Amino acid sequence: MRIDGKGLVDRTQPLTFTFDGVSYLGCAGDTLASALLANDVRLVARSFKYHRPRGIFSAGSEEPNALVTIGRDADQTPNVRATVQELYEGLAARSQNRWPSLNHDLMAVNDLLSPFLSAGFYYKTFMWPRAFWEGLYEPVIRQAAGLGALSGDHDVARYDRAWVFCDLLVIGAGPAGLMAALAAAEAGADVILAEEDSLLGGRLNAETDEVGGKPGQLWAADMVARLSAMRNVRLMPRTTVTGAYDQGTYGALERVSLHQADPHADTPRETFWRIVAKRAILAAGALERPIAFPNNDRPGVMSAAAVRTYLNRYGVVPGKAVTIFCNNDDAHRTARDLAAAGVTVAALIDARDDVEVAGNFPVFKGAHVIGTGGRKGLQEVTIRHAQGQRSIWTDCLAVSGGWNPTLHLTCHMNGRPVWDEGRAAFLPAEGAIPGLTVAGAARGVFSTAGCLADGLKAANEALMDLGLKPSKSTVPEAEDDPYRITPLWQVPGKGRAWLDFQNDVTVKDVHLAAQENFASVEHMKRYTTQGMAPDQGKSSNVLALAVLADATGRAIPETGTTTFRPPFVPVSIAALGAGARGKGFAPERFTTSHRASVERRAPMIEAGLWYRPSYFPRADEATWREACDREVAMVREAVGICDVSTLGKIDIQGPNAGAFLDFVYTNTFSTLPVGKVRYGLMLREDGHVMDDGTSARLAEDHYVMTTTTAAAGLVMRHLDFVHQGLVPQMDVRMISVTEQWAQFAVAGPKARALLNTVLDEPLAEGAFPFMACGARRVAGVEGRLFRISFSGEHAYEVAVPARYGESLFRLLVAQAESLGGGAYGMEALNVLRIEKGFITHAEIDGRTTAFDIGMARMISAKKDCIGKAAAARPGLLGEEREQLVGLRPLLVETPLQAGAHLFLENAEAVRARDEGYVTSVGYSPTLGQYLGLGFLKNGRARHGEIVRMVDHLRQAEVPCEVCDPVFFDPEGGRLRD
Amino acid sequence: MRLTCPLCGARDRREFTYQCDAVALDRPAAEAPPEDWHAYIHLRDNPAGETRDLWYHDPCGSWLVVTRDTRTHAIHATALAAEVKR
Repeated sequence: MRIDGKGLVDRTQPLTFTFDGVSYLGCAGDTLASALLANDVRLVARSFKYHRPRGIFSAGSEEPNALVTIGRDADQTPNVRATVQELYEGLAARSQNRWPSLNHDLMAVNDLLSPFLSAGFYYKTFMWPRAFWEGLYEPVIRQAAGLGALSGDHDVARYDRAWVFCDLLVIGAGPAGLMAALAAAEAGADVILAEEDSLLGGRLNAETDEVGGKPGQLWAADMVARLSAMRNVRLMPRTTVTGAYDQGTYGALERVSLHQADPHADTPRETFWRIVAKRAILAAGALERPIAFPNNDRPGVMSAAAVRTYLNRYGVVPGKAVTIFCNNDDAHRTARDLAAAGVTVAALIDARDDVEVAGNFPVFKGAHVIGTGGRKGLQEVTIRHAQGQRSIWTDCLAVSGGWNPTLHLTCHMNGRPVWDEGRAAFLPAEGAIPGLTVAGAARGVFSTAGCLADGLKAANEALMDLGLKPSKSTVPEAEDDPYRITPLWQVPGKGRAWLDFQNDVTVKDVHLAAQENFASVEHMKRYTTQGMAPDQGKSSNVLALAVLADATGRAIPETGTTTFRPPFVPVSIAALGAGARGKGFAPERFTTSHRASVERRAPMIEAGLWYRPSYFPRADEATWREACDREVAMVREAVGICDVSTLGKIDIQGPNAGAFLDFVYTNTFSTLPVGKVRYGLMLREDGHVMDDGTSARLAEDHYVMTTTTAAAGLVMRHLDFVHQGLVPQMDVRMISVTEQWAQFAVAGPKARALLNTVLDEPLAEGAFPFMACGARRVAGVEGRLFRISFSGEHAYEVAVPARYGESLFRLLVAQAESLGGGAYGMEALNVLRIEKGFITHAEIDGRTTAFDIGMARMISAKKDCIGKAAAARPGLLGEEREQLVGLRPLLVETPLQAGAHLFLENAEAVRARDEGYVTSVGYSPTLGQYLGLGFLKNGRARHGEIVRMVDHLRQAEVPCEVCDPVFFDPEGGRLRD
Repeated sequence: MRLTCPLCGARDRREFTYQCDAVALDRPAAEAPPEDWHAYIHLRDNPAGETRDLWYHDPCGSWLVVTRDTRTHAIHATALAAEVKR
């Protein structure tokens, strides 16, 4: 219920929301949790395993119980913590993991079976799967256990990712964080202040203490106002730093519009930030931990600090008569604040004997809560004290077992926290994350004054590292109470005592683990699933290991902790992968002829990141084969145009350019005359073929290399490596010019005739022989001409600066059409090159050598080159190698299949009998039959033999004749003509 | 993870491509015995501690020798491969 005169919520702004279809009212500034508590909704969830009724436990992201589903269909988000979800008009939340309803959950039968469902249940059950379990309980339990569900629809919402850089990242905007951020910002540092909460100020918004003579929340608001006014400060509310990574990189999740009723379509739901900071201060505060006592999981049992948060920040009290159970002084504030607000404090139960408590309410010292009652919400607690046992009527039990510093980030790079006996808590190890200092409650400094001073100190250390002058700020006056605690982890008694509420792990489970010798903390965790739920055991891990320490007779430091790993809070995959959905997954590269090709209705296929036309269909063509056959015939009989700009082009210049090419290619380029092109083969240092292509010598010290489309990036990197890493003394420079030049193949008997219509100076017959190259003016533009052929025809490649590419393509195609030719696509290009036995990366797939493809003689004996030594290694040449061959099906119309394997005619088609494989296939309209290229053991010596192609996947078996890989015009007369 | 390119400054690891151990810089002479070539091409140490790697900075095309610690991920030094080689 709401308490008049308390809280920071705006009561003039009521908001309507629904929970499980029932409509309620909340206020602006509420979380879903505070609004539910204001409406006296106590039962909000069912537990994971036993379907126990659960209520709100905390007031922050550590919440183990109150997980709900927000939205419907594609917008549905499961497992949202009600304590983090800000209220907005029309918010619709549903409870999870219950059937048919939260109030009447039939799955609660599991709770009755709990004696059978303890830790290790699955392991043990599956070892002996008696029919009883298999048939009845196991399917039921599998169905029943779990959290919220995804909708199964595509998430169409927008998510974003972003990078940001700063001098100092301050994580957490409580007193320590605010103090540190302002001090550093005033000293001139670029500061990012990231705070998980929507409201900056941390515990100052949840307590009634004064800072610098004014209410804490007002001091915090003043600090925020000052920070907001500074240009070198970026405030990031609703942003949880989720992980610490190498070299000062931090991951952070911002909830951008999850609190808005009607966000703009362009606003992302969440943004995943990568923050790069020269220094960082972790001021994430501390989390209150519970105490394990029998039936400590009923709705109404809450963290004592959370009860204060609801009272002081939201003006909500979660019960009519509140009892406090604690082992430390800090929790006494809950009783004090409640009493001051006029709320009935049923009792303060302190486990310690020697404590001073002032207040007008019953106090029990040296007492323990040993049980609770109330079916779907707390109704009474049973306590035991020196005088005996008694029951107290209460509907809210505020529990505090002390505070655990929020040191998770310090463990993300292998840091191990250190046990502190006095504070009964783990403290962060010093220097666990390079560049990160911990300040305030996150390192066990619990008083407000201590936090303020610690924040300033950490800021000054950071400023010194950054080379800036220390801050002149002073620390305001604030509460400086000592932290007094006597450890209390568990209260023995009848009934289960919960440790991990979210995964339903009890003290008994941990004892069972210890008893079965899963005594190491890592084993216990995995055996019981302690800390493995979405909350990652934020409130329960320390408690569980204290129980384990006790059960195994060891001290806590000896027992050790499990490892905290990123992320600190659950991060949706959609946020991590923001921008990578659909076309965002990879960039698209378009050639200059793209538009013209699409206009001609050419289906585009992906070649790496490039898009290339598959074929150019005509109205009368029903299948791609018809178009492909026509385009092949067109090139063989008239002239065809193909955009080959996607091939890598590397401009290589310098006095040593020729010598450099001699070193990276197997053959010699330094002897190539200016104005000539040569085919080159490039090996990896391990002797296998890396790539092939042509290089043209445009001038004495100027070459242009072409690479295959697929290997363009790889070859550029390789050349850079060879130059910088192996022969830096060579005076040569190189750069990729792939995108600077548009290049088109003009191929066919009428190629010269066509070119002469676009060249400023026509080519006389024989004036530009095969493998010639040079600068030529093309339609008034400075271009380049290469007499090279990948089709086996008389052919040229003509290049112009990319900005002229589209118009030249259109011009060339129009001229070709007037000569009975036209544009051809990748399908025809592939058939043309198979007919000629030219290789692509289907053949040079990284496992083939120069010997395999019949080019061993291209490795010059006169010079060293990359891969030469290894290429001569035994095993990389010889009869046992699979060698490039041509394959013709005996029945000419039978299709061959790339990827199929080759076997002897009568051999069984099994792996041990494998003789080789097929790499490329196509139907040759020129020869009127299917053709294939492939690799066959000792293939060059086996021309004329019959082998069997077997494709187990496509159920095909074709007898083929082995032949030379050059099927068409083996003498090469057509391309030289 | 961030690496400092001597030409461009500190950059995110997304700008870099890892290649291999920096022993790739120590190419044997053409006439070296097969054992040397085998070691150069195939044999690599897997140290727990300091290691020297080759990384390519894609935007500027520099090859870097990065000295780092495999246990802590600390980057001790970065240098241009061309400078190291000279």
